[in-house]
Amino acid sequence: MDITLTIFGQSAAFFVFWWFCSTKVWPLFSNVLEDRKERIADGLEAAARAQKDLELAQNASSDQLRVAKEQAALIIDQANKRASQIVEEAKDKAKIEGERIIAGANAEIEQEMNRAREALREQVGAIAIAGAEKILERSIDQAANEELLSKLAAEL
Amino acid sequence: MAELANAAHAAAEHGAETTAQEYITHHLSYLTFGQHPSGRWGFAHTMEEATEMGFMAFHVDTLFWSLFLGGGALFFFRWIGKRATSGVPNGTQNFVESIFEFVDDRVSEGFNHKNPVIAPLALTVFVWIMLMNLMDLVPVDWLPEVAIFIGHFFGQEHMSFKVVPTTDPNITLGMSFSIFALIIYYSIKNKGAWGFFSELAFHPFGKWMMPFNLMIEIPTLLAKPISLGLRLFGNLYAGELLFLVISALLGLYQLPFHFVWAVFHILVVPLQAFVFMMLTIVYLNAAHDGAHH
Repeated sequence: MDITLTIFGQSAAFFVFWWFCSTKVWPLFSNVLEDRKERIADGLEAAARAQKDLELAQNASSDQLRVAKEQAALIIDQANKRASQIVEEAKDKAKIEGERIIAGANAEIEQEMNRAREALREQVGAIAIAGAEKILERSIDQAANEELLSKLAAEL
Repeated sequence: MAELANAAHAAAEHGAETTAQEYITHHLSYLTFGQHPSGRWGFAHTMEEATEMGFMAFHVDTLFWSLFLGGGALFFFRWIGKRATSGVPNGTQNFVESIFEFVDDRVSEGFNHKNPVIAPLALTVFVWIMLMNLMDLVPVDWLPEVAIFIGHFFGQEHMSFKVVPTTDPNITLGMSFSIFALIIYYSIKNKGAWGFFSELAFHPFGKWMMPFNLMIEIPTLLAKPISLGLRLFGNLYAGELLFLVISALLGLYQLPFHFVWAVFHILVVPLQAFVFMMLTIVYLNAAHDGAHH
C-alpha cells in the first residue's frame, strides 16, 4: 500500500467539498423542501377549512330549507283561511245584497200597488161620477153635486 | 475487450510477452506525479520510478477522478438547486431531492444533535463515494486506453491510468482521516479536552485502571478511521481486481462473466457508499454525545 501526498489532496478536497455542499448546495434544497412542506401544510389546512365550510353551508342550507318549508306551509294555511273568509264574506254580502234587492223590489211593488190603487180609485171615482152624472142627468145643484161627488171619490 | 489485442500489440512493440500478471499489475498502478530521488518533480515513467518517489508523489489519475466526480456532482446539484421550485418539481429536481431527502432522513435518524453541517457532510460523502465506486462499472480498459492514446502525444508510453478512486487507499483513507479529524474536533468542542480524555481513560473500568482503559480505548478510537477507509478500499479493490482477472484471463469471452460480476457489483457500489455515510453519521453523533456514560 503506497501512501503518498494524494491522501492530503483528497483530504483538502474533502473539506472544500464539504464547505461547498453546506454553504452552496444544501441550503438551496432545504429551503425548497421547507417551502414545499409549508405549501402542502397550507393546502391541507385550506382543504380542511373548506370541508368545514361546506359542512356549515350544508347545515345552513338545510336549516333554511326547513324554515322555508315551514313558512310555505304557514302561507298556504293563511291563504286557505283567507280564501274561506273571502268566500264567507262574499256569501254574507250576497245575502245582504239579495235582501236589499228583495226589499227594493218589495218597495217598488208596494209603490206600484199604491200607484195602481190610486189610479184605480181615480178611475173608479170618475166612473162613479160618470155613473152618478148619468143617474142625475138633470143635475139640480151643480155645486152640491160636485161636493157629493168629491166626497164619494174620497171614500173610494 | 480490446485489451488482449492491445496487449499483444504493445508486446510486439516492446518485443516482450505481456502476461496476465503484467496486465493486472499495470492496471493496478497509478499515474504518478512526484519528486524523483534526484529532487526533480515530474511524472514517473515506470512503476519502479513511482516506487522510488515514495511518499512525495500524487496519484494524478485517482485524484483527478475524485475531484472531477465530487466537484461535478456538487456543481450539478447547485445548478439544479438554483433552478429548483417549491412547486411541482421536474424529473431532475425530483431525482436530486430524493437523494437529498434520503440522506436527510438517515441523518435525522442517526444524528441526535443540532449541527447543520452534518447533513451536508453526509450528502457529500454519500454522493461522492457512490460516483467514485460507480467508476468500477466502466469496463476496465476503456479509460486507460484513452489515457494511453493521449499519453502518446506527451511522450508517455505505456502509462498507467487508474480510474476508480476508491481503489486507491489514499483516497479512502484521506476521507476517513478527515472524518477522524472531525471526530476529534467535535469531541473536544462538545465534551471539552478533559471530557474527551476521561472518556478514553476512565472507561470501561474505573480511574484506577486508567492505563488499561487507554490501552483499550485508544486502539478503538484509531480503528474507526482505519476500518472506515480500509473497508471501502478493500471492497472496491477486490471488485476491481476481479474485473481485471476476468478481463486478463478470458479476453473476448469475458462478457458474460463481466456482466454477472458487474450485476453483483451494482449491489456493492451503493452499499459501501451507504455504509461509509452511516458510519460517518454514527461516529460524529458519538462525538456530540455528552459524557453521560
